[in-house]
Amino acid sequence: MSQEALINLSVIILFLPLLGFVLTLFAGMKFKWAYLIENAIIVIGFLLSVVLLYNKLSYYVETNITAEFSWINFGVIPFFGEIVVKLGIMLDNVAVIMIFTVFLISMVVHLFSIDYMKGDKRYNRYFAYLGIFTFSMSGIVFTHNVLMMYIFWELVGLSSYLLIGFWFEKKSASDAAKKAFIVNRIGDLGMFAGILILFTTYRTFSFQGIFDAVAAGHLPFNSEFWLTVTGLLLFCGAIGKSAQFPLHVWLPDAMEGPTPVSALIHAATMVAAGVYFVVRIFPILSGDALLVIAIIGAISAFIPATIALTQNDIKRVLAYSTVSQLGYMIMALGVGAYVFAFFHLITHAFFKACLFLGSGSVIHSMHHEQDIQNMGGLRKKMPITYITFLVASLALSGIPFTSGFLSKDGILAGTLAFTSLTGNWFFPLIGFSVALLTAFYMFRLIILTFHGNPKNKEKYDHAHESPFLMIMPLVLLSGLSIFLWYTPNPFNADSGWVLSKWVKAPAISVPESARYSFMVEEPKDESIINQVEEVTFSNEYTHAMHSVHVPTMILSALLAGLGILFAFMFYQWKKIDPDKLAAKVKPLYNLSYNKWYFDEFYNTVFVGGVLAFSNFLRWFDNTIIDGIVNGSASVTRGISRLSRKFDDGVVDGLVNSTAYFSGFVGLLFRKFQTGKVQTYIVLVIFSLLILLFLFKSF
Amino acid sequence: MVTVGLYHFLFVSTILFSLGIFAVVTRKNAIMVLMGIELILNSANINFVAFARYGNFGFQGQLMALFVIVLAAAEAAIALAIVLNIYKVFSSVNVDEIDRLKE
Repeated sequence: MSQEALINLSVIILFLPLLGFVLTLFAGMKFKWAYLIENAIIVIGFLLSVVLLYNKLSYYVETNITAEFSWINFGVIPFFGEIVVKLGIMLDNVAVIMIFTVFLISMVVHLFSIDYMKGDKRYNRYFAYLGIFTFSMSGIVFTHNVLMMYIFWELVGLSSYLLIGFWFEKKSASDAAKKAFIVNRIGDLGMFAGILILFTTYRTFSFQGIFDAVAAGHLPFNSEFWLTVTGLLLFCGAIGKSAQFPLHVWLPDAMEGPTPVSALIHAATMVAAGVYFVVRIFPILSGDALLVIAIIGAISAFIPATIALTQNDIKRVLAYSTVSQLGYMIMALGVGAYVFAFFHLITHAFFKACLFLGSGSVIHSMHHEQDIQNMGGLRKKMPITYITFLVASLALSGIPFTSGFLSKDGILAGTLAFTSLTGNWFFPLIGFSVALLTAFYMFRLIILTFHGNPKNKEKYDHAHESPFLMIMPLVLLSGLSIFLWYTPNPFNADSGWVLSKWVKAPAISVPESARYSFMVEEPKDESIINQVEEVTFSNEYTHAMHSVHVPTMILSALLAGLGILFAFMFYQWKKIDPDKLAAKVKPLYNLSYNKWYFDEFYNTVFVGGVLAFSNFLRWFDNTIIDGIVNGSASVTRGISRLSRKFDDGVVDGLVNSTAYFSGFVGLLFRKFQTGKVQTYIVLVIFSLLILLFLFKSF
Repeated sequence: MVTVGLYHFLFVSTILFSLGIFAVVTRKNAIMVLMGIELILNSANINFVAFARYGNFGFQGQLMALFVIVLAAAEAAIALAIVLNIYKVFSSVNVDEIDRLKE
């Protein structure tokens, strides 16, 4: 296929789900079978994405195919220059692998939902929403510019709002939808500011254009500090979307949506967008920005992992594990393990989707029971769900021979390499302890759900294996959690296809003085034969990665095994009573059980703060503003009163007094005009006499 | 022995004139007013005759006096007729009450 054909194909893939959304939404009002349109379209979309993936990776593995068109041409703006907003598509290996993942997961979620959502009164609308969710994510994946990224970014926010609040009759669901939307908006604010800085500086939205400009030494406000700030502002968007500390609070609440939607959100469409965005803007992230990103990632990896230890809702445990794993990816990006972060994004997408769909299968068969304390023993009733869930959990825990082991191992090696280069022990410490915690809480979940004796006999008796359309996706996804799809060597992903050929660390655009010291480019060291050199930034880093690889592998596998062992000791063999231990470390247990009081903290500080501020504003309005208004009214009234006095007294007085004067004069002269001839005669005579005396000529 | 001169005539006519004016101004009765007017006219007649006697005017004064007497007779006839009609309408000859024209 030619490059144009690939671009056309990707445009078709991009707009197919939108078509599905529109058709399903409108046909769904009339026809019961409208959901089949959406399903058919998503399957076609998946097949096309396979074609795209195959062609891109077979024929254009080294080239980035870009197509753009100018969307809005503002012409020349005074004092600013020419503004042309271009949208476009960029197909690189990262994008096509991501789009394949998105469509695969979206497809299995669609198929899974056919049975899971059966009987829902807004059945067709549900599928339409899935369609627009997939469309939004495809836009994020394909875009070659940061503006289109932002547009689809908000579309993802909207779709997640629609789907999390799908059962909006439940107050908790509509609250969770609002929370997700608003918390995301907080992050997007930063992202938007970052985009504005980029555009005003570079007059272009396209990633490549920005990277080239930065590489040419053109920095925002000509300072490396502002480059860092811009990077961090953009990262704010990822904090919101990928549910990173401190904006992670929306993700566990998003469990109010239908379970397949959770699978979609957690695996491919929503939270992945944040990591994908950081992957995209990686070349302009300066060393300081990366360090902050790594710290936020580490915190986000650790806190939710501790919270997941004590949660009893099957979906909540998985939700916190997602936040934790996303923290891993962000941390990996922060320490420079770019390739492994993306690799983990893909592997995590498959096994996390499998876990969520598995939990959906459990919830479905338990008649919407989500509390793992009421489960147990389901292994015998739902063998296929159990096995797929187990495989995915092993992958999440990082047990050898799974995909999760490969990617997690890479991330941990990246943190260790970072340590050996900079002496910072924080990241590997967090990384390894999270690996231990992850293994523990996943197997706690498995043991409480599938092992042991049923706690709720009635629900257990009604439990049954899910129908084929729900089992098939589980088998498919758990199959994808096996190492074989990624590399022939189960212990080292470096020789695999993904890392050695397809995904490579990008050229860093940031000026050398602002980078991590080890990211400074050097001539290639020919002595390293290992493929690792392809994926890292400098020989120094390559050496470090290489030297820590084996210890990392052993240590992470050991820790994962240890976590699983602990889980079995606690919950299967009952060697240690978890309740007693919890009582012993009561404060810690409460901290974890209450999710580190984040929701309470936010409620008090932010919600309460906003309320208090609003109250203050109300007081201000009532007292000051109304006072001013009322005061001015009183003053006006006073002035009017004075004016009335003036009118009444002075003006009217003048007028009246004129009238009175006329009246008085009239009264006076009336006396002379009696209407009697005799009076007039007297007057005439007197007048004559007076005249006579006046003109007397003597 | 005081000879009767022009001034005596003028004096008498002045008194007569004043009395006539007084009658015209003060009387309420229309007939009395008319009588006052007659007095005034007669005072004028005295003046005319006196000036004719003592002045060098020939008989012009006497002629004028005769004219005035005729005029006064005509005037009295017309005025009395009017007064009679007024009395018919108003049942009064009081000049103060006859003020319908004012309205």
